[in-house]
Amino acid sequence: MDLKDLYRDVIVDHNRHPRNFRPMPDADRHAEGFNPLCGDRLTVYVKLDGERITDVSFQGSGCAISVASASLLTESVKGRTVPEAERLFTNMHELLTRDDAVADPVALGKLAALSGVREFPARVKCASLCWHTLDAALHREAAPVSTE
Amino acid sequence: MNAAPASATMQARASRPLDVEALRREFPVLSRQVNGRPLCYLDSAASSQRPQFVIDAISHYYETTHANVHRGVHTLSQEATDLFEGARETLRRFINARSTREVIFVRGTTEAINLVAQSYARPRLQPGNEILISWLEHHANIVPWQMVCEQTGAVLKVIPITRSGEVDFEAFESLLSERTRLLALSHVSNALGTIVPVERYIREARRRGIPVLLDGAQAAPHMPVDVQALDCDFYCFSGHKMCGPTGIGVLYGRESLLAAMPPWQGGGDMILAVSFKGTIYNELPYKFEAGTPHIAGAIGLGAAVDYLESIGLERIAAAEQDLLDYATQRLATIPGLTLVGTAPAKAAVVSFTVDGMHPHDLGTILDHEGVAIRTGHHCAMPVMEFFGLPATARASFAFYNTRAEVDRLVDALQVAREMLG
Repeated sequence: MDLKDLYRDVIVDHNRHPRNFRPMPDADRHAEGFNPLCGDRLTVYVKLDGERITDVSFQGSGCAISVASASLLTESVKGRTVPEAERLFTNMHELLTRDDAVADPVALGKLAALSGVREFPARVKCASLCWHTLDAALHREAAPVSTE
Repeated sequence: MNAAPASATMQARASRPLDVEALRREFPVLSRQVNGRPLCYLDSAASSQRPQFVIDAISHYYETTHANVHRGVHTLSQEATDLFEGARETLRRFINARSTREVIFVRGTTEAINLVAQSYARPRLQPGNEILISWLEHHANIVPWQMVCEQTGAVLKVIPITRSGEVDFEAFESLLSERTRLLALSHVSNALGTIVPVERYIREARRRGIPVLLDGAQAAPHMPVDVQALDCDFYCFSGHKMCGPTGIGVLYGRESLLAAMPPWQGGGDMILAVSFKGTIYNELPYKFEAGTPHIAGAIGLGAAVDYLESIGLERIAAAEQDLLDYATQRLATIPGLTLVGTAPAKAAVVSFTVDGMHPHDLGTILDHEGVAIRTGHHCAMPVMEFFGLPATARASFAFYNTRAEVDRLVDALQVAREMLG
C-alpha cells in the first residue's frame, strides 16, 4: 500500500487548486454534506436546464480527498444529464468500495484517480461525501447529508 | 486471593529510576509493526494500551475462576466475588474514597455521567434551574445534561474559555446564581490537555451549596486523584484510558447523595427482595449495579491500578510532563504548525493544525509512517467551534512513550509537508 496511490498528483493538484470552487447564488438546487468523523463540510450547487446539468460548483472545507473528489465531481458531471450523473455516482461507489470493481475507467475519466482510496477504508467517506451531497441536491432533500 | 500477584519487577520498581524501555517491553502491542514500521502510539488520550500484567489478570480470572458474583455458595462464585470486591477496594484506595459504598462500577465515564444526570439531577430539577458546564467539555459531559434539561425544563449554562484553552474563572463566578443546581466540569480537557484548576471551582460552588461532578477520564490516568481532598461530589473515570479494559469505569459519589438517589436501572443484583407488591432495593453500591457486572473488567481495572501504582502516579506525571515539554518545543520548529491549547498547566496532549493540510490527511500520512494520532473534533465539537476549526490533529503521550517517538512524530509531519505542501 503506497501513499502515492492515495495522494496521486491529480488529487494533490485538485486539492491545491479546486475547480468550480465558488458559490452559485442562482443555483436551481443545492445541498449540504457533512462528515462528522473529520468535520468535512461542503455545499454542492447545481444549475439545471431540464434534465441537463448546465453548471455545478461547490464550497466548503475538508481534507485533500474530499476537496479533490468534489472538484473532480464538478468537472465530470457538468454538461451531463441527471441520469448520467446518477450512473457516475453508482460507478464511483463501486470504484471506492469494491476490491473487484469493474467500473469502466474510460467512463470515469479523471475520477479513476480516486481508485486508491479503497485501500484506505477510513477515507472512503471523504471521497463519497460530495457524491451523496450531489445526489441529495438532485433529489431536493432538505436535511443536510451526513456520512454517518 | 489475588487475580495475578504483582511481579518482582513491579515490586522493585518504586525504588528505581524509571526505565521506560523496560516498561515498554511489558506492553505486548508496543512491539508490533504498523505499515512496516515500529508502532509509535500517540493516541493514549483516546485509549491507552495495556501491559501484560493486566491482560494476564483478565485471562487468569477467566481460566481459573469465572462464575457469577454475589450469587452462588459454590467456590468459584465466592472467589469471583472476592476478586470483584477486591478490585472495588483497590479503586476506592486509588481515589481515596471514604468507603467502597461510594465506588460504583459502570461502563465508563459516559455511563457515570448519564447515571448522575438521570438519577441525581432529573428528579430534582425544576424549570428554570441551571446546570453549569464549561466550553471545554467532551460530548459525554454535554449531551447527558442537554437531555436532562429537555426532560425537566432546566437550562444548560456554559462557562466560556480563553484563547489559551483555560476555563474563565471570572465568567464562572458571574454565571453562578441561586438557580445553579450542579457544576459539571472536566478535570483535564481531552481535546486540548488543559488541566483545570478544579479546586478553585469546587470551593466556590460548595460554598454556595452547589454539588460538583468532575469528568476525570483524562485525569485519573495521569495524576494522583484524591476525591476527599478535591471535595467533589461525583468523580467519573474510565478503565480503558488508564491501562485497564474497555467497558469498565467508576462513578465515585458522596455517600449521602448516592443514598438519596433512586436506582438508575432495575434488574438483578440491585435488589434485596422482589415481589409483585413492591421491590426493596439493595444497599450501596449495588443499588446502581443492575445485572451481572463486567466482572473481568473490574478485575482488570484493579490490576491496572496496581500496575500504575507500582510505577507511581507522581512519576508518571513527571515523565509525561517531560514528553509534553519536548513535543511542544520540537513541534514549534515545524513551519505553519499552530498549537491549539496553550494553557500553562497541561496534560501530555498536543493538539495542532498545519497550514494547508487537513488533519485527516495528516492522520493518514502519519499512520503510513507507523505514527498513530487522533484527528478530528475529539468529541468536543464546541471546543473546535470556539477556535473556528473543523478539526485538529492530536498527539497524546503516556508514560510508555519516549522522546524518540516525539522525533518520529516530527519526522512524519515533514513527510506530510513534502507530500501535500
